[in-house]
Amino acid sequence: MIDQNIHSHVYDNGLTLLVESMSYVQSAAFTFLVPAGSIYDPPGRCGTATVLSELIVRGAGDRDTKQLSAALDSLGVQRHESPSSAHLGLTGATLSDNLPATLRIYGDIILRPHLPNDQFETARAGVAQSLQALEDEPRQKIFLELRRRCYDAPWGLPTEGTLECLQVMTADEVRGHYEHCFRPDKSILGVAGNVDFDQIKELVGEVFGGWQRLPEPGFEADPRGKQHDHIHHDSAQTHIGIAYEAVPYRHPDYYAAWAAVSVLSGGMSSRLFTEVRERRGLCYAISASLSSLKDEGRVLGYAGTTTERAQETLDVTLHELVRLGEADGDLSNDELERCKARAKSSLIMQQESTISRSSSITRDWYHLGRVTTLEEVRNRVEALTVEAVLSYVREYPARDFTVLTIGPQPLEVASEFS
Amino acid sequence: MNFHNVTLDNGLQIIAELNPQAHSLALGYFVRTGSRDETGEVSGVSHFLEHMAFKGNEHYSADDVNRIFDELGARYNASTSEEVTLFYAAILPEYLPRTFEMLSTLIHPTLRQEDFDMEKNVILEEIGMYEDQPAFTAYEKAMQAHFAGHPLGQSILGTTDSIGGLTSEQMKHYHDRHYLAGNITLAVAGNAKWSNLLQVAEQQCGGWPGGLTERPTEEARPEGAVKIVTKQGSQQQHLMQMAPAPAARNDLRFAAELLTVIVGDDSGSRLYWELVDPGVVEVAELGYNEYDGSGTWLTYLSCDPESTVENIERISDVYEAVNRDGVTADEIAQAQNKVASRIVLRSERPMGRLSSLGGNWVYREEYRSVEDDLRAVRLITRESIRDLLDVYPIGQLTTVAVGPLETLNGNGRADAAKSSG
Repeated sequence: MIDQNIHSHVYDNGLTLLVESMSYVQSAAFTFLVPAGSIYDPPGRCGTATVLSELIVRGAGDRDTKQLSAALDSLGVQRHESPSSAHLGLTGATLSDNLPATLRIYGDIILRPHLPNDQFETARAGVAQSLQALEDEPRQKIFLELRRRCYDAPWGLPTEGTLECLQVMTADEVRGHYEHCFRPDKSILGVAGNVDFDQIKELVGEVFGGWQRLPEPGFEADPRGKQHDHIHHDSAQTHIGIAYEAVPYRHPDYYAAWAAVSVLSGGMSSRLFTEVRERRGLCYAISASLSSLKDEGRVLGYAGTTTERAQETLDVTLHELVRLGEADGDLSNDELERCKARAKSSLIMQQESTISRSSSITRDWYHLGRVTTLEEVRNRVEALTVEAVLSYVREYPARDFTVLTIGPQPLEVASEFS
Repeated sequence: MNFHNVTLDNGLQIIAELNPQAHSLALGYFVRTGSRDETGEVSGVSHFLEHMAFKGNEHYSADDVNRIFDELGARYNASTSEEVTLFYAAILPEYLPRTFEMLSTLIHPTLRQEDFDMEKNVILEEIGMYEDQPAFTAYEKAMQAHFAGHPLGQSILGTTDSIGGLTSEQMKHYHDRHYLAGNITLAVAGNAKWSNLLQVAEQQCGGWPGGLTERPTEEARPEGAVKIVTKQGSQQQHLMQMAPAPAARNDLRFAAELLTVIVGDDSGSRLYWELVDPGVVEVAELGYNEYDGSGTWLTYLSCDPESTVENIERISDVYEAVNRDGVTADEIAQAQNKVASRIVLRSERPMGRLSSLGGNWVYREEYRSVEDDLRAVRLITRESIRDLLDVYPIGQLTTVAVGPLETLNGNGRADAAKSSG
């Protein structure tokens, strides 16, 4: 039995607070998800949420940029501002004694940011620099470009923005994004660590109670990019990105989907690692993982390999992905048991990290509207059978692949896989 | 938290920081061997050998090794640096005996020829992968240039030529000379019983050949160099700069670590306010690396090629001011709070404790608890920073630039345009 102490509270203005008390640690971490992600970027202004995430910590309440940074540093806060498609996420971790003072400062950041005009250019320039740097990192760039080609816009659009969009973006548009999207309803604050629920509940009520509800902003959907595509790059390796459909996190079959991906890429005895790297020596890095939006999911795969061996790598990888879901595809109980063993230890080890717990409870609430306990996850994983996983992969087979390559030469997707 | 240590008859050292409340257990073999211990013709052998460790021994095949670690639900891997090859696993406490057995098989692999030939391809792919990461290229070239003629300048990965030409006999010879019990420390952190540990350790490691390999650790006296690696396709300029800093056994290292937070942390530092916050660079950071006998200040800059020279000057100005005037008491207090919270957060996982536990022992034969580390941070004053700077001022002695520029003489882009057009 995994003991956990988890509470939730929804304030009158719609803000949700989740607290997991962990009495055996000294730290506390929080994840604040505000529904102001990149899907709400104005049309043709992709990257607005990201510029806002840079600008929002440049002065708030009665502190200017430097004072704000100094105050958080003095509290020992390790912080991060990270926009995703749905949210602008503000996360932090520090000693639990410092959490109340930290949350008060985040009250300023979220409710009273300065968003100063004279810092807009520098914030935008910082984001542009990151985009330039991404051009030199094909292994990272491929995931951003793959998402664009396997999810419809705005879900698949790059959260990081594009240089074209950044060039025409104005400070008013970024402030507009704040004004339209920052709202307590649909915002989730998850806290995990050596904290007391009642105390945090009172504090958060006091700090965020006056935050006013707003109507939900809209956005328009557009088609995704090309299904098979190549981006030329003078790199040593060809970087291969592969995507296909899977169920999202909240789907009843999610755990079967998780097990299927885990069989393919869950450890060094997994199929992709064994067949592509160990048996054939085709690459160093190969992986597949589940990506989940609220209503859609994908498996995202990656392999990096020198150009002469790239075509073979792609063929072998696609073959392995397809093989699992074929009518006569097999899965041994030992393979499944290994996935379960890895899941079990990772669940237990999550309890050693306040950062991973605060992020898990917040993610659960967004996707499911409740928090799954580690015990529940363990039971769901334990209950998985070979039949259940095979029936999932037959219902959602790996096919209709999105394939993107970055490198010196394009590759062929064999007709049997397209 | 209880600390234990013992040295087996063959010289293998075992250290453990045990905590019966911990949820998990982390263990690692720290083998005191790396690229600095290689000769030129086997360049990259330590790292290649680290890969071969997972190919099994006379009892287990490569598939067995991967399969059994996964059956145990272990998070396991290995890494190779200039000085240490580390094999580690984090597990649930009940799997200690079996994990210990598997981790121990890694230390004396069979090195079968067919496995060696196949894995060579993977190593060549890994070299290709890093070639596509300009920051890594800059780091590797900077180490070569800064430590030219000193063993620390030797490449960890090796080259396609050295790996291509390496034979399994050469690897076996290297293994025989370096994987001796006296070069190995077993570190354990988390939930385990000392008596159980001792018992399995005697069983698994008691029969390993003893011996210790000498390593010359004379402090490097770098002369400095500037090297430009022109990559036309690259968007950003990536720059690594190095200068001498305290070695691993020098007590000035505590001040050096804190100083990098004040001067070159990724947020709230002097470089941050001068270069990152105004949006003129993507990254400008200062780090400190300690080695056996030597140390480096390491500056990393990634920015628009046109403004590279300007940015190097901005960094010089920051360093000059620090070297001349030191830092303020407020800056020290702020950095102390930042570092204290990092230490505590990291220590909450046994896996987070393992590297500091093993590192302290391998480099200094010293045990330091979390409290010891926190105390050392608290004791740093303006004076200790001054003492450090008097001996090891922050510098930019060696520079390696990777990117579109052909020169760093003021207007690299114009020159680049001239030569290409």
